[in-house]
Amino acid sequence: MSGIFTKSMARNIFYGGTVFFFLLFLALTFDTERELPNRDNRAAITPAVAAGKHVWEVNNCLGCHTLLGEGAYFAPELGNVYTRRGGDFIKAWIQAMPTGAPGRRQMPQFNLTEEELDNLVEFFKYTAEINTANWPPNIEG
Amino acid sequence: MQYKSQAVAMPYFIAAIGLFVGQIIFGLIMGLQYVVGDFLFPEIPFNVARMVHTNLLIVWLLFGFMGAAYYLVPEEAETELYSPKLALAMFWIFLIAGALTIVGYLLVPYSTLASMTGNDILATMGREFLEQPLITKIGIVVVALAFLFNITMTMLKGRKTVISIVLLLGLWGLAIFFLFSFYNPTNLVRDKFYWWWVVHLWVEGVWELIMAAMLAFVLIKVTGVDREVIEKWLYVIITMALVSGIIGTGHHYFWIGTPEYWQWWGSIFSSLEPIPFFAMTVFAFNMVNRRRREHPNKAAVLWALGTGVMAFLGAGVWGFLHTLAPVNYYTHGSQITAAHGHMAFYGAYVMVVITMISYAMPILRGRAANSTKAQVVEMWSFWLMTIAMVFITLFLTAAGILQVWLQRVSDTPMSFMATQDQLTLFFWMREWAGVMFFIGLLTYLASFFIKGEAKGVKA
Repeated sequence: MSGIFTKSMARNIFYGGTVFFFLLFLALTFDTERELPNRDNRAAITPAVAAGKHVWEVNNCLGCHTLLGEGAYFAPELGNVYTRRGGDFIKAWIQAMPTGAPGRRQMPQFNLTEEELDNLVEFFKYTAEINTANWPPNIEG
Repeated sequence: MQYKSQAVAMPYFIAAIGLFVGQIIFGLIMGLQYVVGDFLFPEIPFNVARMVHTNLLIVWLLFGFMGAAYYLVPEEAETELYSPKLALAMFWIFLIAGALTIVGYLLVPYSTLASMTGNDILATMGREFLEQPLITKIGIVVVALAFLFNITMTMLKGRKTVISIVLLLGLWGLAIFFLFSFYNPTNLVRDKFYWWWVVHLWVEGVWELIMAAMLAFVLIKVTGVDREVIEKWLYVIITMALVSGIIGTGHHYFWIGTPEYWQWWGSIFSSLEPIPFFAMTVFAFNMVNRRRREHPNKAAVLWALGTGVMAFLGAGVWGFLHTLAPVNYYTHGSQITAAHGHMAFYGAYVMVVITMISYAMPILRGRAANSTKAQVVEMWSFWLMTIAMVFITLFLTAAGILQVWLQRVSDTPMSFMATQDQLTLFFWMREWAGVMFFIGLLTYLASFFIKGEAKGVKA
């Protein structure tokens, strides 16, 4: 890299390339925002779903579980847990924690109220119905 | 050192190394929890240990970046730092805020911490890597702005080199994209979409600018190669990094409810992401081969070469391994992701910060390089940590392949927990590799305390 290819050319390509691809990224973002209403199940977002997402966040559920494949890999995927287990099972499971089984991974007891549990289930129901291009490959997540 | 005010880098580097030790201790705790599930339960549940592990990593790397900037910018700008006092004040604010946040994670239930710290006013918590309470996030912004003000003013009053311009672009980008951590829409798809504007555009975008600038600086110093040559390389590398990395964000938009054209954009552009890392490796080796002087600090040269190679392997090769949409369909959110994450962060960001520390710390302590004895110990720590990280990555990859096979590819898929039981062997091996890493880290710490005849009183 010497001779014809100068530093100022390199600099211009850097700034030009960065600006171009960032603008392209913004254009794709704009188009994504336009497409999302057809995929992200926003019609199902009720106050209960919003409250359920809050329960999900303030208990740091993502610190062990994945949600649509993102999070920690210590405990099962929960994006499709509503489909896999159903609402009643989810509530009963959370209430029964921790199992205390020796040597097994333990989920803490979060002392959620009945209403918080219901909201969390609503959030999982909403999540399970997002169009994720058929991910995960099967029900086990 | 050439400018008195560069000395403010020292406390930043010391804090970075201290927090690094904490990060690895919590990593070992989590690794053990993978196989002995109830270890330290309920005192330190896995989610708390993980939050401490990842947040300490981010915070110590930020300490490292800031320390590096305080060292590098005055020297590049050929002037004293605008305000050493401000830099020192920000150090203590950042350290205390960081420590309080970690203590909060460990002592208070997360939901209580959330309500104590204003999460009900603006909910930003409970998202991966952005778990910090609102007040901590605001604190990060304040510290970052004060830091950027200080560094920018320094550059403006002095010589403006390509290295310091690129470093500043990276650091400003870091601060600007962090602002997306305050945006948390209820719509989960949009929440995830913009969450990546912090996480991806940091580590596969602006942080690469910071990394390349730091590497270029050290290479100029230890090889004596002409600045023109190095700066041209720098521009080429960061061009490739951003051209591939910005649209490469799309590899996170495959399965989260975003339009399916992202599978094409993400696959194609992120396939190009290894190129800048490969270029960094070639760059580092090339410059060292063409060196015009023998710098007495061999350890720093080793770290500089190592970061090129390991960043290419971890970020480049292990990233490419699972970045194509048809592959990622099976590997998304598995131990493969964890394998990549570990080697990429170590190879790119941990090692570049240590490269900088390795080069600058002896000078900050009044010598060009440490004694041969100290350097040998430091190089031992390089090999111990680096080989341990290779093993951690290989064992997690093995676990990931098995996991994907049993749980995702199979006609009769096993449940998540039943699959995890089958991975136990690999998780044990990963933990032992982690112990080896920790021994390497202790060796690294020891290298700072080894005396012997120092080389060159002045750089």
